[in-house]
Amino acid sequence: MPDLYFGAGDEATEAEKDAVAEALADYGPVVVRETERLVHAGRSRTRERRHLLLPALHALQRSAGWISPGGLDHVCGELEVPPAEAYGVATFYHLFTHDPPAADNTVHVCDDVACRLVGAVALIDDLRVEGYHVKASPCLGQCERGPAVLVQRTGRPDLTVTAVDDGPVTTSEVAVAISSESSTPSVSLAQTGSGDLRLLTRVGVVDPTSLDDYRAHGGFRALEEALRMGGDRVIAEVTASGLSGRGGAAFPTGVKWRGVADQEGRPRHLVCNADESEPGTFKDRVVMEGDPYSLVEAMTIAGTAIGAEQGWLYIRGEYPVAIGRLRHAIDEAYAEGLLGDDVAGSGIRFDLTLRSGAGAYICGEETALFNSLEGYRGEPRNKPPFPTTHGLFGEPTAINNVETLVNVPPIVLMGGEAYAAVGTKQSPGTKLFCLSGRVKRPGTYEVEFGATLRDLVDLAGGLIAGSEVRAVMLGGAAGSFVGPESMDLPLTLEATRAAGVSLGSGVVMVFDQHDDMVDTVRRIAEFFRDESCGQCVPCRVGTVRQEEVLVRLRRGADIEDERELLDDLAAVMRDASICGLGQTASGAIRSALDLGLLVSSGDSQGDRS
Amino acid sequence: MSTMVEITLDGESARVPEGSTILDACRRKGIDTPTLCWAENLTPVNVCRVCVVEVEGSRVLVPSCSRNVEEGMVVATDTERVRTSRRMVYELLASSVEMDRATPEVLAWMDHYGARPDRMGDRSEIVTQAQPVKVQDDLYVRDYERCILCYKCVEACGDDAQHTYAIATAGRGFDAHISTEHDVSLPDSACVYCGNCIGVCPTGALMFKTEHDMRDAGTWDESKQSVTTTVCSFCGVGCNLELHVQDERIVKVTSPADHSVTNGHLCIKGRFGWQHAHA
Ligand SMILES: Cc1cc2nc3c(=O)[nH]c(=O)nc-3n(C[C@H](O)[C@H](O)[C@H](O)COP(=O)(O)O)c2cc1C
Ligand code: SF4
Ligand code: SF4
Ligand code: SF4
Ligand code: FES
Ligand code: FES
Repeated sequence: MPDLYFGAGDEATEAEKDAVAEALADYGPVVVRETERLVHAGRSRTRERRHLLLPALHALQRSAGWISPGGLDHVCGELEVPPAEAYGVATFYHLFTHDPPAADNTVHVCDDVACRLVGAVALIDDLRVEGYHVKASPCLGQCERGPAVLVQRTGRPDLTVTAVDDGPVTTSEVAVAISSESSTPSVSLAQTGSGDLRLLTRVGVVDPTSLDDYRAHGGFRALEEALRMGGDRVIAEVTASGLSGRGGAAFPTGVKWRGVADQEGRPRHLVCNADESEPGTFKDRVVMEGDPYSLVEAMTIAGTAIGAEQGWLYIRGEYPVAIGRLRHAIDEAYAEGLLGDDVAGSGIRFDLTLRSGAGAYICGEETALFNSLEGYRGEPRNKPPFPTTHGLFGEPTAINNVETLVNVPPIVLMGGEAYAAVGTKQSPGTKLFCLSGRVKRPGTYEVEFGATLRDLVDLAGGLIAGSEVRAVMLGGAAGSFVGPESMDLPLTLEATRAAGVSLGSGVVMVFDQHDDMVDTVRRIAEFFRDESCGQCVPCRVGTVRQEEVLVRLRRGADIEDERELLDDLAAVMRDASICGLGQTASGAIRSALDLGLLVSSGDSQGDRS
Repeated sequence: MSTMVEITLDGESARVPEGSTILDACRRKGIDTPTLCWAENLTPVNVCRVCVVEVEGSRVLVPSCSRNVEEGMVVATDTERVRTSRRMVYELLASSVEMDRATPEVLAWMDHYGARPDRMGDRSEIVTQAQPVKVQDDLYVRDYERCILCYKCVEACGDDAQHTYAIATAGRGFDAHISTEHDVSLPDSACVYCGNCIGVCPTGALMFKTEHDMRDAGTWDESKQSVTTTVCSFCGVGCNLELHVQDERIVKVTSPADHSVTNGHLCIKGRFGWQHAHA
């Protein structure tokens, strides 16, 4: 342990000290355990305290509106973290600020791809004119009801703001929201009540704050059944179901679980990846806000099946409603003996901890997520080794997406084979899609694998009046654009793979003939530049140079003069980046180029409304 | 005897000890491979990506400095894909930072791959790391517009040598940079002036003030320098010192990276005690 040296010489305020003490309250004395070091920046991994750095930083930001030098030094003293390292961690996240707060409230307005179609840029201007402290934000995961607004308030909980009536949020709605206690948007779905749902059956139906109501709607029956079956059979059923990861990589879930269950090493971890920050993605939010207990139940089944004593739910910090409901659900589950030392009387231990991120898309990458949880910068690790053997704290870890996990209770109840009866042979089951852009009813939709793009657009009410499909962004910013000729593409793993595209996180964002595609693609390039962790050269500098090319194109440069550079940038990012962010940062842009979307359309005003 | 692993390297079979990296294997075979963030006395961080090679069965290129060899691995080090990525890494770096004080090896590799950083656009129209030089004391100069973010100084200050943790990476993306907490000055930080960060910096971003001033004055001339090896007399540890002498003055002190006591790292006395000897 190094001697800590505090150069800043500032003192924390009493309010900051109290906030930190509250955040650290339940964790007892310092216990230090060294584990294998997997990545640079920082001494060998120490356990038990360092992982509290992120919650402690949240406490500082919430209480004082910024990470003050005195506050940071105080946290470093409490957690025995060198100040330079803690500063490096704090400055990694968008939601932490490092100058004295400009205002009590910071209004984050999404100006990302979907929201800029529906007036985001104008809303930002209006709010600034009215004197608000506004920050333009990447996708806030509310693309179905944009422009999305998140308010960070000093001393009070964060809020999301949604429009009361149809149409975009107004400045007066923002004013009303800021003065209220908390945000309570209700989740309603176009499909609510439809008989074919597996994953969304309870969303919009059940009271998301009541464990009893969840039980009344069939909740926790799957957990009972799973505990009766035993871990090996649960894993066998999940394998038989053909369930594959919904976080983007489509890895077979049963294989992942078997791999962790077979490890000798202890402790083991189950991590739920609820970082959902891929532009255009909001399905996990809808599940967590509308049916939070189902995720708690699913994680408990998964954790007990693979022999993980500890579960971690890592959720993006921009989801205050989901965070609140999940914390409440976890507390209730503990109170009812469904979590803890003796899960539902089975004698099996499973603890569940919720941690929130602080504004960093990269922390959805699994190894970056581990680093973030451990209290380090969210920089991805080089793989191999893989999480199965060297995951969180260097210990065996299964990490799964929210949607992947909530498939598990139905699989346990109906059996793997019955589960696989719908969908296609290679893509069994149902899938959540996030419809946004120029459709009549944007939102989350659950369909059997095999539905086509056209089916989905029809389900969402078809296109808005006067629109024709110009392009569809499939799979998110890390995915690709397809043209109107692809409307009959079945959205299965096999068909999309054969077409050279990917389902990614289930994004279907529709653009029409009026939309400024050069600006859309430029915004995607800006997203990758802003979200690169900065660790490796191809992505840190490549994403900057790529965006510069797109800005030049928007100003009228000739694509032929830039093509060779774009090609080389794409090659080095795809081939030599450490992680998926850099490897996919050129994909959507390449596909737009191939579809001829990067020649100015003439009729372009990105912000029509 | 360690177990040997058989691999194919640029079409020829090679037997190398288990646990070696691909880079080790390349060196045994006499295949020159560029590196920027790797150093024999530091844990590999594999961030610069200039050492990438093609490995059969891998979708993306693989950093040779940190990937261990496996039985039957087929490695190619000079394919079109490898050359493109290596050239691009140099072009990307050189378009954003000043590389003219980088080590001669770095400059030779840039030449070898035909790096043309100019095609990224005119310097005045693209984003770069241009920023003022930091001079906060009599011993060091930190000139971060030369920093390629190789993390070597962070490692030398932390786990790999000094265990002082005075500096770390802060910020994110292109704004990521090496910093003390809240960017306090080095004298106000935990820094103990061991000079180990300077010893590992490959681009001249961190420099002893003597060297920096002589370079600025145009008097730095390595061809006129001789190196004498001696043992440091300040304490009993027995660190090897290399005294770099120009015009009968000591201008820099280093230690060999392969020295069993120091691994190339020293403390303030060995590094700077000579300044007092001069005075
Ligand atoms: C840049 C980047 C961001 C990612 N973000 C997420 C995310 O927000 N949620 C998620 O589940 N997976 C995300 N992933 C994929 C995860 O690394 C990982 O594959 C996934 O969580 C595994 O769960 P699954 O097998 O259930 O899909 C991301 C990957 C990359 C490269
Ligand atoms: S590819 Fe980008 S996000 Fe991933 S490690 Fe490299 S710099 Fe970080
Ligand atoms: S001189 Fe030594 S203590 Fe100071 S920053 Fe460099 S390595 Fe760290
Ligand atoms: S200052 Fe030098 S050693 Fe440190 S990261 Fe930059 S280039 Fe590397
Ligand atoms: S919330 Fe604005 S694009 Fe997703
Ligand atoms: S030398 Fe291998 S990645 Fe830098």
